[in-house]
Formats: sequence, C-alpha cells, structure tokens
Amino acid sequence: MAATPLIYAALGELVTERAGVLNLGVEGMMLVGALAAFAVGATTGNLPLAYLAAMGAAVVLSLLFAFLTLTLQANQVATGLALTLFGLGASAFAGRSYTGLPITGLQSIAIPWMSEWPVIGPLFHVDIPVCGSILLFVAVDVFLKRTRGGLQLRAVGESPDVAHSLGQPVTRIRYLAVMFGGATSGIAGAYLSTAVTPMWVEGMSAGRGWIALALVVFATWKPLRVLLGAYLFGGVTVLQLYAQGFGLEIPSEFFSMLPYAATIVVLGLICRDPRTIRLSQPASLGQSFHPDA
Amino acid sequence: MFDWPLRLEKRPRPSAAMRVAAPAAATLAMLVTGYIAFALLGKNPLDALHTYFISPISSVYGFGELLLKATPLMMCALGLAIGFKANVWNIGAEGQFTLGAISGGGVALFWGNTLGSLTLPAMLIAGALGGAAWAAIPALLRSRFHTSEILVSLMLVYIAQLFLSWIVRVPWRDPTGFNFPQSKVFDDAVLLPTLFEGGRTTIAFPIALCLAAAAWFFLSRTFAGYRLRVAGLAPAAANYAGFSERWNIWLALLVGGATAGLAGICEVAGPIGRLQPSISPGYGFAAIIVAFIGRLHPVGIVLASLLLSLLYLGGESVQLELQLPSAVSGLFQGTLLFYLLGAELFVVHRLRRARRETAAEVIAEVVQTP
Amino acid sequence: MSSRPANQKPRLALRGIVKRYPSTLASDHVDLTVGVGQIHALLGENGAGKSTLMKIVYGLVRPDAGVIEWNAERVTIASPAQARRLGIGMVFQHFSLFETLTVAENISLAMDEAIRPNELAARIEVVSAQYGIPVEPHRLVHNMSVGERQRVEIVRCLLQSPRLLIMDEPTSVLTPQAVLKLFETLRQLASEGVSILYISHKLDEICALCDSATVLRAGRVVGVADPRNETRQSLARMMVGTELKKCELRPREPGIPRLELRDFSMASLDPFGTTLSEINLTVREGEIVGIAGVSGNGQRELLAALSGEISGRHSGELRICGQPAAPLDPAQRRQLGLTFVPEERLGRGSVPAMSLTQNAVLTGSNFGLVRNGLVRGGAARAFTRETIAAFQVKGANEDSLAQSLSGGNLQKFIVGREVRFAPKVMIVAQPTWGVDIGAAQLIHQALIDLRDRGVAVLVVSEDLEELFMICDSVGVLAGGRLSQLYGAGELTSAEVGSLMSGAIGKHDEVRDRV
Repeated sequence: MAATPLIYAALGELVTERAGVLNLGVEGMMLVGALAAFAVGATTGNLPLAYLAAMGAAVVLSLLFAFLTLTLQANQVATGLALTLFGLGASAFAGRSYTGLPITGLQSIAIPWMSEWPVIGPLFHVDIPVCGSILLFVAVDVFLKRTRGGLQLRAVGESPDVAHSLGQPVTRIRYLAVMFGGATSGIAGAYLSTAVTPMWVEGMSAGRGWIALALVVFATWKPLRVLLGAYLFGGVTVLQLYAQGFGLEIPSEFFSMLPYAATIVVLGLICRDPRTIRLSQPASLGQSFHPDA
Repeated sequence: MFDWPLRLEKRPRPSAAMRVAAPAAATLAMLVTGYIAFALLGKNPLDALHTYFISPISSVYGFGELLLKATPLMMCALGLAIGFKANVWNIGAEGQFTLGAISGGGVALFWGNTLGSLTLPAMLIAGALGGAAWAAIPALLRSRFHTSEILVSLMLVYIAQLFLSWIVRVPWRDPTGFNFPQSKVFDDAVLLPTLFEGGRTTIAFPIALCLAAAAWFFLSRTFAGYRLRVAGLAPAAANYAGFSERWNIWLALLVGGATAGLAGICEVAGPIGRLQPSISPGYGFAAIIVAFIGRLHPVGIVLASLLLSLLYLGGESVQLELQLPSAVSGLFQGTLLFYLLGAELFVVHRLRRARRETAAEVIAEVVQTP
Repeated sequence: MSSRPANQKPRLALRGIVKRYPSTLASDHVDLTVGVGQIHALLGENGAGKSTLMKIVYGLVRPDAGVIEWNAERVTIASPAQARRLGIGMVFQHFSLFETLTVAENISLAMDEAIRPNELAARIEVVSAQYGIPVEPHRLVHNMSVGERQRVEIVRCLLQSPRLLIMDEPTSVLTPQAVLKLFETLRQLASEGVSILYISHKLDEICALCDSATVLRAGRVVGVADPRNETRQSLARMMVGTELKKCELRPREPGIPRLELRDFSMASLDPFGTTLSEINLTVREGEIVGIAGVSGNGQRELLAALSGEISGRHSGELRICGQPAAPLDPAQRRQLGLTFVPEERLGRGSVPAMSLTQNAVLTGSNFGLVRNGLVRGGAARAFTRETIAAFQVKGANEDSLAQSLSGGNLQKFIVGREVRFAPKVMIVAQPTWGVDIGAAQLIHQALIDLRDRGVAVLVVSEDLEELFMICDSVGVLAGGRLSQLYGAGELTSAEVGSLMSGAIGKHDEVRDRV
C-alpha cells in the first residue's frame, strides 16, 4: 500500500523521461493532487470525483511546466524545482481550511486467504488504486515496447532532432508525456490523502515525489524495475511500524530516516558503473529541443 | 505546433539589456499577479500590496528584520550560485544549513564558557565545516558513484531535519525546558552582537556582504572560478582543457555547504538563540530562487535576497493585518520564479512579426547587420 | 545515362529562392531545375548553401521568398511529411537513425502510415533484393557499420517509391568500393525515371556519375554545366572562383620522435564506441603524419587517448617527448609540449558563450596566462589580439563571443591559439571541415610552417585530398587498428580504400567488407 503512490508517480515520470524531459516537479504535483482529492472528497464524499480532481489539478500544473520548458525553452531543472516550490506553497495556501477535516478514506478489500498470513498478511488488503497501479504498469510496459506511439516516444527521447527531421511531432509527444506524468502524480497524491493517511497536512508527501524520481533512475528506466523498487521502498517504510512493535530501542526519527538513506544507498549502487546508465538513460534527457532550423 | 502570428527568432547575440531587464520584468509581473490575487481574495488590492511590501520595512525594527532575513538567504544563495554556475545542482542547502546549526550550536553549548573570546569564531567555523561535511556526501557520491547530487542532497535534507528533531528531543534537551524539544538558550556570550539599536540585525549581515564580495572576486578573477564557469558552460571544453571534473564537483558542493552551514549557525546564534526543531522557514530552498533571480551574480544575489526577504516579511505582515495565511509568501516566491524563467527566453530570442518579407527587404537587412 | 524528350516537364524547379539566417544569407535568388530521370549534382564548397537548399526542398525549412514547382505545378512544402507525400525522399549526410532501435523500427518511424511489423519486414526485404542493397530488418542499428547504416537510410527512402531522391554528401563516409556500388544503384533508379539530386563537393564523383550540375558559391548560383563535358579543373574553377592552389612541401629530414605509441590498446568506455588494438605510431620532429579513415573507426578514441581526455585501462606505451604520458591529464600533457585542435570547435575547442579572450585562457593557463591562481586579464587580451591579427580572424575582436564567429574564422582562431603556444607536438583533427577555402589554405600553411620549424604534427582527417596534400606520410585507421605508414606518393586511391575496409597490409587485395 505504501508503495502504490510511488508506483504511480514513478511510472508517470518514467514516461516523461523516456521522452527526454526531466520533470523535477513531481513532489509539487503530488501535493496539489493530494489537496485537490482531499478537498473534493471531504466536501462531496465522492471519491472517484476526488481522484479526477486530483488528476486535473496536477495536469494543469504539469502543463505550466511543459509550456515553460517545451515552448519557452526554459531550463528543465530550474523549472522543475520552481514547480515543486510552487506546488508546496500553493497547496499549503489553499489547503489551510482543510487541515484537520475528516474524510472517509478508501475502503480496502481483503484478499480472502492471503490476507490471513502472519507478517505479510496486511499487504494483501488491496483497494482499487492498488489494482490500478498494476494495470498501469502493464499498460505502460506494453505501450513502450509494442505500440507505435511508444516507439515514437522512445525515438524522441533518444534524439529529438532526428525525430523532428523524420517529421515526428516532437513537441506534441513531449507535451503528452509531461501531462501523463502529471496525471499519475495527481493520482499518487490523491491516494496519499485518501488512503495512506486520510487527512490533509501541509507538505504531506514528505519527499515521496523525490523518491519516485530516484526510483526511475534506480529502475534504469524500465517499468518492471519501477514496480519492484517501489515495493522495496514501501517495505522499508512499513518496517518502521513493525520494528517499533518488536520493541527495539531505536528512536523513531532514525526509522523515519530509513527510506531516505535507503534511496541514497541504492542510487550509489546503481549509478556506480557509468556504462549501465549510458546504455539505459534516454540520450536527450534534460536537453531542450529547438525546432527552428 | 500552432501558427503563432508572432515568431520566435534567435538573436545573433544574447541581449545584455534583457539580462538585467528580465528579473525586473518578472518582479513587475509578480506584483501584477499579486494585485489580481488579492482582489480575488476579497481584499482591497492596493491596501494589501501596501501591507505586504511597504509597511514591513517602514520602521527601524522592520528594516532590521529585512536585513536579518536577507542574511541567510544571501549566504546560502552565494554558495549555491557558485555551484549552479558549474552545473552542480545542490538542492540540499536546507540540510546543510541544519547541520551547520547543529555543529556550531554544539560548540556553543559545550565549549561556550571555555573558549573565551574565540567562541564566536569557533562557532562560525564549526558551522561552516558542518555544512561542508554534509555537502561532502553528495560530492563523494557524485564523483565516485556518478549519482545525481540533486537527489542525494535532497534526501539528506530530510535526514538532517530528522536528526535535528532527535538531537533536541533527547541528548541536548534543555532540562529546565518543560519537556519541550529544544536546547538550552544560548548565553549572551555566544550570541552574535547586533548592529544597531532597535533592530535585530546581527553582524552576520556584514559578514554576508563580505562573502558576496569574495564570491565576486572568486568567480571573475581566479582561475578556480574560471574552471567552474567553463565546466558549467561547456563540459567537453573543460575536459579538453584538462580541468578536473572531480575537483570542480567537490569545490562547488563544499563551498555551497559551507556557506549554508554558516547561515545556519548565524541564524541560531542570532535571532533564534537556541537549537529547536524548526529553525528555518525554508531558507535553503528559497535561496535557490534567490540565486536564479540574482542571475547567479553576487550583486544580483544581494538584491534578490533583499527582495525575497521582503516577500517573507510581507507574508507575516498580511497574516497579522489581513488574516491571510503566511504560506502566501511561498506562492509569491514560486510565481516570481516562474515569471523569471519565462522571461529568460527573451535574453536569447526575440519576437518578430511573421510575414513574408520580400527578397529586397531581406537583403537590405542582411547588408546592415554587422 | 538516360535520354529524355526535350519538352518533358521538369520534375522539380526552384525559382528565386531566398533564405536568410541571423548572420548570413544562405540562399540568394537560387534557380534550380531537375529533369525526370536525371542525376543532377548540386556542387559547392562547404558553406555554399547546398544543405540549406536541400532542407527547403525537403520541407524542413521554409524559404523567405521564391517559388517551388513540382512537375510544373506550384507547391508549398511545409513539412517532411508533405515532401514525402509529393514523392521526395532524402538520404541525410548525418544519418537520422536511432541507435537503440532496430532497422525495422527505424524505418517504421519514418513512414507516415503504420504498417504491421511483419509486413514491413517483408517489404524491406523486397526492396533490398530489387536494388541489391543488403539490410537485415531486425538488427539493432548501433551494431552496424557506417556503410550498412547508409544502406538502411536508402532502403527507408525507397520504400516510399520516391520520384525525387536527394542524396546529401553520401560518399563522405564510404570507401571507394562502396561508392561504386552506390553509383550502380543510383543509375538503376535513374533508368526507372527517378530523379536524383546529388549534393557533393567531390569533383571526381560528379564527373563520373552526374549528367547535369548546378554550382553554388556563397548562396548564389554561379553556373549550370554538364559534367560529362567538363573537367575537374573547370568545375573547380566554377566552384571556387580561382585556381586550386597547391601547398609546397619541401623535403626535410625528420628528427627525434616526439610522439610514440607502441602496441597501444584501449577499450572504449562508450558501449557504442570502437576499441583500439595494438596501435603503433611514431611522429618525429619536423614531419607531418596523417591518419586517414572513415569516421567511426576509432579516430575519436585515438584522439582522446592522445590528448588525455579519456583515460581508461590500456596496455602498451604512450610517450610524449620521450616521457611516459599515459597517466597524465590534458593539462599535464600540455606542459610536456603537446597542443591539440579538436574536431568540435564549439563546445570542445572553445566555450561558445565566452569571449575569445576568455577562450584563450582555456588552454593558455599552461602557457603563462594564469599566475598564482589568478587569471591575467591583460596578458590574455594582448595574446588574443595578436592571434586574431596573425591568423586573419575576420569579423571579430577579442571581446566577441566564440559562437558569433563563422566556422572558418573560429577554426583559424583555435589553430592560431594552439600554434602560438609554441608546441613541440601538435595534433589536429579534421582541420578544415566546414571551413571556407581561404581559411583552409591558411590553416594548411600554418601546419606546414610548424613542421618546417621542427614541430611534430599529426593530422587526423576524413579528407583524403587534404592528407595527400600536406602530409609526409599517411596511415589508415580501420576498426581500431592502424596500418603501417606509407609515404604520401606511394598509395593510390583504391589501395587506401581497401585499407579502409580493413585489409590492413594487404593492399593488393580488394576485399569488400563494407
């Protein structure tokens, strides 16, 4: 369950990055999505609507990013950071009246037999977004490998100039990729505020957006590894609760540090060999595309 | 994609005028947006703008607050800018700030009475070293393991903040502090002296100005600064010239960490006066915006830090007077940065009306262009 | 070649085409007519405006003025897709292929309708057999040689049954044998009524292949000719405006070795790169050694290994002026007396956004422009001013940004900068690529002057003509291996060609391993 927001956000960012765009604003989009979902969910009680609202809000933010970086050719790193800061501030600002409000979160369904197992039983309480995340993984994987659209996307990510001279609509593909990333980040945020911790708190994503970014690198831009990595991180996060149950005398702050420290360690291991990265990283990642001859 | 009536065309030479005008234009756009936003929120927009921008600094105390808040912004941003110029993206200034506060604060708490007149310098140095040490982690990981310093330095921010909350809750907690998670209040001996009566500005501000001068000298006159600039503008050229990438990464990150750490200790030894879980309203992140608005130039950064300090003060001011949440300052900051990024475009490109010029006009123009 | 009735409509006609860029007039009232089934050459120096014109015909660039007629009807070509719909195909000079995709995937991207993979593979094989161009649909591009990649490009175009095929400098990456094969294919196409627009600056090929030629100089048409009736010299005169000057190489006894490679092998760090194997090379003071070879055969790796920009695991020895140099970085090698002019002027040999003065410090830090950790601004400015004057760098002063200079002028500045540091060894890569003929001559003369002053010079170039003109001896780099050195007069063009295709040392065998 803890892994699900990571899966959504990371898969979306994977698609964006495979098109050659580095969007560091995932954290901001997640927060905006979380707030939108909570606001709609708390006031109307209509959860599907809340998720739609979350997607919408995050997509709007991602469009802003796309406009600045793809049309106005701004620096992708700086703009992504600006997006995060803006998302943090905007969600804090607009969310002040929602802090502390109650919401009926998502109900989860227990898979009959598997959820009875001892330690890992609770993992098998699933809800719709969790199933959705698996479906999304399949969809993204198939899209990238088998469809023409996926081929176009990969081509754009490798060399937008060549793709353009072949007549591919590079900017349009990148816009769509960014928007997809926005939509999934919105869902991820919505899941946070309606399922993982059903409430709204300023800055509640606590760096998950950044972990999702790290996940994409860790997974060398392959969807399956994103899935595995997300579950790994979800496991680490959940470890906290269990360890306290085991009565270990380690202060809670150090447990909270685990996901972040784990991210650093994993990144170090993966990136150590530059050849691995060079083979898998989309060659044009982070570079602006200038269509004018 | 679409057929705009205006066409974007690359300038033959980047415009120096636009370089200076872009931040000004962005600020103006932000003010206009603020005007509209206040109006939409049901407040008198001009009044609100006045409350936000003018009233905070209309007293001596207020002016002191302006400089006080600008100081950590300036210090962090100077270090960050040096890194950004070399394409080293240190996003973890907030974490290095925290570590600097902890290390300098540790010196204050435990050796405050034994070092005599060396206490303050020792604290400042400890702060800078603490921040630099924290920045050494992403430096090591980038130069040895090729990991992104963006992600590593960011993860370390969360770790640093958690570390701080633990350290003031458990080992360094003030025994007389009613169980609040905070350290003892610093003695007067370890507090930074203030600059003038009626304001809280400490000597950290002139220190920051000296840092700015040093940064300017470093970037424009020294060979090390030149190497950093080349590495940021054309990494293949830096390699061709034999400039060590490792050296540059370490230098860029350590400088950024040191200045952020210095800012951290100056904050806790100045206005805050003790170690506590929350010591920064996001200075480390706001400093990134300051660095960009200041166009990565020391003079620009000095001005930009004053501007952003004003944005913080304005947020507090409208919270008091107009009952708006202080998070509105985050909004202003983000908006300002967006406008600036958009305005950057016009440094390198210009707008032209897209019409089919006749061949004669085309030739006439080319003949005139040098 | 083909004969056609005189009153048949021309396939393509351009009239009065004008295209302006911020700093140059690329096309100045250009007229061009290509007939049905005609092989028409577009001839001109580097920078004469050939590429711009072709981009206009292929819809990548819109002209600022002028008319385009296709089969005698006015058309506007707004995009490559539209050009393809009209029946225009283009084989690019720098291939537009994606390394990490297969041949079939690459071709699929270039087609406008989606075709099922099996059907596409079948069609590829049909075209491949029809024109004698072997390609394998399911191979990954990054495993393929340059010649194979060009074949993929051609098949890609042919699948769309073009009526006009544009070939942009197709032979710059081919061995002489592969060139002959290409000509066969083109003639077959022409006999089927396909018009071919052949862009090149290689006069021998144009005389052998084309039946009509338009000559461009500085964006303007200076003549239309029938190459079958012209000589190389007469075409050159039209292209350049003057006689080709020859550089004089006075014979000279070379001295002690300054640059030595012995059994040097190094694996490439780039997964798509070439591994160097057992390279043996000696350059002595007072001689110019040339290394020929089609790009992609290890030139980049060799140059980086020599300059110190790459240091990986290697075996064998590298000595500069007698000192073992393998562990040294570029700055340290400069202190031994090495200077290097790289292939990429902007971004590697110079920082585009910095001024010329600042660019002088780039390598000048080893030669007195930096002292005590501080940049000596005054000395740098003086040095830059003198370099600009000595090497006739036009259109710039010491404060001009590097990116504002034309290719030729920037190259003169970079060569001048390195020469004026009084090196003992100088390495130059592609010295006159993309450079106008005046600058090229100046650069060649500068290299020869260096040699006469006793410097050891190594030139790596794809331009055989250039190498034979200025080098004392020439070797060929193929597949990461270096042949022995031959004196400049000892090799014929065909022998060089077979060396390039890998038959090291067996230059009387013509093995076609393209």
